[in-house]
Amino acid sequence: MILKNQQYPLSKDEKFIDGLYSCVHCGFCLQVCPTYRETGLETESPRGRIALMKAVNEERITASNIVIEHWDRCVQCRACEIACPSGVPYGMLIETTSHSIENTKNEFSLKMLIKSFFLRHIIPQQKYLKLFISLLYLLQLSKIPKIIQSIKFFNRLFPTLYNFNQMSPVISPPSMMASGQEFLGKGNRKGRVALFTGCLMSLCHGNQMNALVRILTHNGYTVELTENQVCCGAINSHSGDLETSKNLARKNIDFMLSDSINAIIVASAGCGSQLKDYFNLLESDTNYSKKADLFSKKVKDIHEFLVEIPLKLPTKLLNYNVTYQDSCHLTHVQKITDAPRKILSNIKGLNLIEMTESKMCCGAGGIYSITQPELSQSILTTKIKNVRATGSNIVATANPGCVIQLQYGIRKHDLNTEVKYVFELLDQAYHDDYI
Amino acid sequence: MSLNEIIYKFENIVGSSYVIHATEDLIAYEYDGSIDRSLPNIVVIPKNTKQISEILKICYTNQVPVIARGAGTGLSGGAIAQNGGVSIGFSRMTEIIEIDPENHLAIVEPGVINSELSEKVSEYNLYYAPDPSSQQVCTLGGNIAENSGGLHCLKYGVTTNHIIGMEIALSNGDLVWVGDKTRESPGYDLRGIVIGSEGTLALATKLVVRLLKKPETVKTFLAAFKSISDASEVVSQIISSGIIPSAIEMMDKLAISAVESSINPGYPHNAEAILLVEIDGLHEAVIEESKDITQIFKQYDLLELREAQDEKERINLWKGRKGVLGALGHLAPNYYLVDGTIPRTKLVEVLEKINQISKKIKLPIANVLHAGDGNLHPAILFNERNTSERDKALEAGAEILKICVEVGGVLSGEHGIGLEKQEYMPLMFNQSDLKSMSNLIYAFDSPNFNPNKIFPTGKKNITEINQSGIISQSGSEIFI
Repeated sequence: MILKNQQYPLSKDEKFIDGLYSCVHCGFCLQVCPTYRETGLETESPRGRIALMKAVNEERITASNIVIEHWDRCVQCRACEIACPSGVPYGMLIETTSHSIENTKNEFSLKMLIKSFFLRHIIPQQKYLKLFISLLYLLQLSKIPKIIQSIKFFNRLFPTLYNFNQMSPVISPPSMMASGQEFLGKGNRKGRVALFTGCLMSLCHGNQMNALVRILTHNGYTVELTENQVCCGAINSHSGDLETSKNLARKNIDFMLSDSINAIIVASAGCGSQLKDYFNLLESDTNYSKKADLFSKKVKDIHEFLVEIPLKLPTKLLNYNVTYQDSCHLTHVQKITDAPRKILSNIKGLNLIEMTESKMCCGAGGIYSITQPELSQSILTTKIKNVRATGSNIVATANPGCVIQLQYGIRKHDLNTEVKYVFELLDQAYHDDYI
Repeated sequence: MSLNEIIYKFENIVGSSYVIHATEDLIAYEYDGSIDRSLPNIVVIPKNTKQISEILKICYTNQVPVIARGAGTGLSGGAIAQNGGVSIGFSRMTEIIEIDPENHLAIVEPGVINSELSEKVSEYNLYYAPDPSSQQVCTLGGNIAENSGGLHCLKYGVTTNHIIGMEIALSNGDLVWVGDKTRESPGYDLRGIVIGSEGTLALATKLVVRLLKKPETVKTFLAAFKSISDASEVVSQIISSGIIPSAIEMMDKLAISAVESSINPGYPHNAEAILLVEIDGLHEAVIEESKDITQIFKQYDLLELREAQDEKERINLWKGRKGVLGALGHLAPNYYLVDGTIPRTKLVEVLEKINQISKKIKLPIANVLHAGDGNLHPAILFNERNTSERDKALEAGAEILKICVEVGGVLSGEHGIGLEKQEYMPLMFNQSDLKSMSNLIYAFDSPNFNPNKIFPTGKKNITEINQSGIISQSGSEIFI
């Protein structure tokens, strides 16, 4: 890797610069920022990160590794955007910054190499990802992970490997492959939707994806699993690899956009935010900007969609105490907070207990739990403490990253709580209604 | 001792993660909520009183400037290290040590967030009364430094009325208690002196906080006016009727449009001014008072009079007022928020003068006021990337402050003097006034605590207006 030194300014783009200077450093973002709350450091706050962007852009300092590390430590939960009374477009600022520094990092490290290999070659190609997840599943079936966990000194010898072992998702086969299948809506047909299967969710949580199909068809919608759809590109966008993410967006638009569907349904909050943002991502692409706009408008989060149609009421009684963790990208980006709660309240017997700070990130943040394990885990510890305080049997959430992270936290902190998607509970409550 | 030696010693006290000295990192500590900025040499973030005491000893021996920093939301530059030095951050001292619901007290560390305290004690039906607009983020320690007020200080008073005792760290690192858990303390009221001293005398390390029982009933009114003068008259009428609302807030047209375009609390777009009036207390009293207030409102030609029907609507009405400053960011990249206080009866006159200044400098000025106590907050909008705009804004701010003092008001309502207004102090105080105040620095032996703030350095040639003279001419009635 060539060492490219000190590149500045970050961007001369007018939108970026206006966004930067719309911050009046009032500090209202501090208390909602998970990394500030954990560290108490201004450099790990949105206001601090913006100050560093300004300083680099004004050429007062260079984007040194110290500075880049502060930007990298942002979980990108975007809670600050909601707290900000000045409407600072923080998500855009941090993405532009990541993009601008992506190729200028001065350090050559194995971690970076693995990261960029994953982002550019594994995630965009469903078949490689499938291979990877299958290997992980085989590993899970074998006793190796449990053995590793039981060997105490392993933690000290290979901390990264040990952590990875602990953090790896519980895979729930069979994986769902979108190869053009179609499931007819039951009863009075209301319309037709395409289900966005995403990359990780369909592979790790295939079982749950099938629940989505059951729910949608039960509500009268024909579901198509559009062939050739690819990863949404969110992880690439967040890491500054905008080129790959644009390519992925174009592919999804080419394959999924059609007049015959009422909506593109997505059950992963992170993917949903990205799909809804395609219009912005491809704004300057003359061939795609209009199509991207149409595409984004068709995208519906599953909770949003179910509440809008509105969903058929389930009949089965579920006697659970449930607490709901607001997934960041559903709450802060898509601004959907009522719909999942409404779905839960439609389930008989279910008792929703709100946890303290349910809108605070759990520390998952895409690949954040892998790139910033320490901070991610201390954010997670706080979250698990709040989950524990509710005494719930189940913590429900709306995004695969959150599910995996919360499962990890619960394992680590020995909690007797199950993690479920909100729609999984609905599927369970529909059990007696399915014909 | 060299800088590196001091860093090394600090690292031994708090650990290296909490001693910040790389230039890149210090940039995140060069600002607060105000306009000025300057880099400290070191930022150190202690976890407990003992660490603070050790840090202070080192700073004292080496006569290094010490600048305390809460959440950095201050508006007068109180947390800015304009001569470098050591910035002590309180972001890790956030423990609520004890809640004593029977005596309506709590003992807390200074890094506790203002609104968080109210949330934590709400299960006992208690709350902490001072509520500055930044209450979601600002620390109680910072509130003590600035003697912060808030929207409801009209009835409940400011920080000094709610902190009854403190453990403070003196410049040499000694820890002493001023005040205690009772309301009266024999000897000099050092507690009262330290509160509002802007970090120049001592650092609060533990606080005994007074908590209030939540009012039985709260009613909030929104009244929209066709003119600012009508709104101002209503304010005076309410107060002279003998009712003390917990808050009377005013916002002008520009401020309304800023919040409406971002927070959208539902204020009428076409209003020249709105008033938010809140009354609270025992149910029967509130009902009576609300009838009286409605009567007063009805004497005027209002665009709208709305009473919040439930808690949700009430919070929504306040959301607009509390978020107004940030919302100004939608109109211009920067604002200079001036903080002056005038006798209520001068509101119309002063607001008209502010309007003229705005026209003269061709920069918009939005007005938000704690109208009940005559505390003005004109926000001059500008773009910091345009240096001439910045200078014009600062000059206009000075002009407004001068007007405040001329009509018998004061330089600051609640934001403190800090860096922002130190040069204007001679507008109010003559040499001996200032000397009597600054002598306290010697009494506390704290010349290295937040140095060169509050008192004029003489950089600007300000002619004295000498407010004590004005008071003797007009009589003390001028403030009532």
